Amino acid sequence: MSLYKVTIDNIEVEVEAGTTILNAARKIGGKVVPPAMCYYSKLEDSGGKCRSCLVKVSQTSATDSRPMPKLVASCRTMVQDGMQVQNTTSAEVLESRKAVTEFLLLNHPLDCPVCDQAGECHLQDLSYEHGLEETNTEEERRTFEPIDIGDYIKLNMNRCILCYRCIMVADQLTDKRHHGVLGRGDHCEIGTYIQKAVDNDFSGNMIDVCPVGALTDRTFRFKSRVWYTNPFDAHRECDKCSGKTVLWLKGEDILRVTGRKDKYGELEEFICNDCRFHHKDIKDWILEGPRKIERHSVISQNHYENKSTSGDNITQ
Amino acid sequence: MQSLTDRSKIASDKKMSFLEKIYLPAIAKGMAITLKHFFKKKATISYPEQKREFSEVYRGQHVLKRDDIGRERCTACGLCAVACPAEAITMIAAERKPGEENLYREEKYAAVYEINMLRCIFCGDCEEACPKEAIFLTDRIVASQYEREPFIYGKDILLEPLDIEKRIDISKRQTESVLKFKENKRFAHNK
Repeated sequence: MSLYKVTIDNIEVEVEAGTTILNAARKIGGKVVPPAMCYYSKLEDSGGKCRSCLVKVSQTSATDSRPMPKLVASCRTMVQDGMQVQNTTSAEVLESRKAVTEFLLLNHPLDCPVCDQAGECHLQDLSYEHGLEETNTEEERRTFEPIDIGDYIKLNMNRCILCYRCIMVADQLTDKRHHGVLGRGDHCEIGTYIQKAVDNDFSGNMIDVCPVGALTDRTFRFKSRVWYTNPFDAHRECDKCSGKTVLWLKGEDILRVTGRKDKYGELEEFICNDCRFHHKDIKDWILEGPRKIERHSVISQNHYENKSTSGDNITQ
Repeated sequence: MQSLTDRSKIASDKKMSFLEKIYLPAIAKGMAITLKHFFKKKATISYPEQKREFSEVYRGQHVLKRDDIGRERCTACGLCAVACPAEAITMIAAERKPGEENLYREEKYAAVYEINMLRCIFCGDCEEACPKEAIFLTDRIVASQYEREPFIYGKDILLEPLDIEKRIDISKRQTESVLKFKENKRFAHNK
């Protein structure tokens, strides 16, 4: 298979044909990678909705030196041989990212002090880096009451940015989808139509793929802020999933169980509801050690890596 | 050995002169210093009766504010605790139940909020970190105690009274830009 040469922010990389610009940038890593709020590499057909990954293609290919007329969504645009891409080196891209962030925040309540996702929220990171201090709109934000969808998941539609990730999880991971996007345009909302319908074995993954705090864990609701909990890698034998998780501990108590996320916030493996919601006793798990969290994250404020639990179940 | 400073005096057993032997000039000199101090301005005040004038932005005992209609402003976001260099603040959050909307401003509130006044260094970082204008330091002094335990102040001490007359005025502590921001009703924060 032929390899294509792409230049992103003056860094050259060789990727296979059919790779998207975003994935080519991820191959380089670091600051070159555009932010992605809706694209999820483990979910087919995701991406193209949030527009936060827009980049400028200053040269379409080796044979065609013309730039692409508009900014393109890097998660959906395939690379061409000899393509020149600008991400952080283009002022136009940075300017548009500011505008996209403002759009994503149009209806967002910015209730981070209340939200359980705060501290590990992608929208929070995005707006911290690209957001404006003030909004240009005067209109009221649309508001919804938070509702329970299923026994374990809280839906707070105010915070939703309509990335469709949760719907793809339900489509691609479970055999039946009970929720979807109702309405059109500005009236779009995630809903189950009839409340409390989501009870599939893998439905909990919707919480992990949600880039904002629209879907949160009811068993963890307001228990603690994430940066006061200590993430530990752990596993257990499970016949439904791999059983590899992260436990969020406070002392000996398991406050929350999530899947393991990579540096782009994507789950390495999807885990079942049984592991996620029903095993909150530390004796059910074999601890592997502290989870590595990037230093710039507020979670690392807790210096959990120096703390030890009782140590009985940590395997060397 | 070489001395570290040149201020050290080498002790000697030199014989004292007659004037030095009778000590009287030295005593008179000492008494003069003592006498001088009688007429100097006193450095102390008799505290409970007299009180010192405080700066408007003096950083004393904290207050947890209520909003105009008496709802608690604090939403237990934990930013004060993470900003606290002395790790003096702890809290436990709880969810507001339907019907409690007149008690708590947000969906979440602090069921327990404690400041360890022995740990607190009164730096004011909690005040700075608070996104809800819930915590302020005031010009009140933290009372002394005989035991250590009463220094852990809970919500019963920190929260300001519901009675509008007894509210604690902190408007002088807020900068002009904050007051200007608060006038803008466009922000949900100010409604």
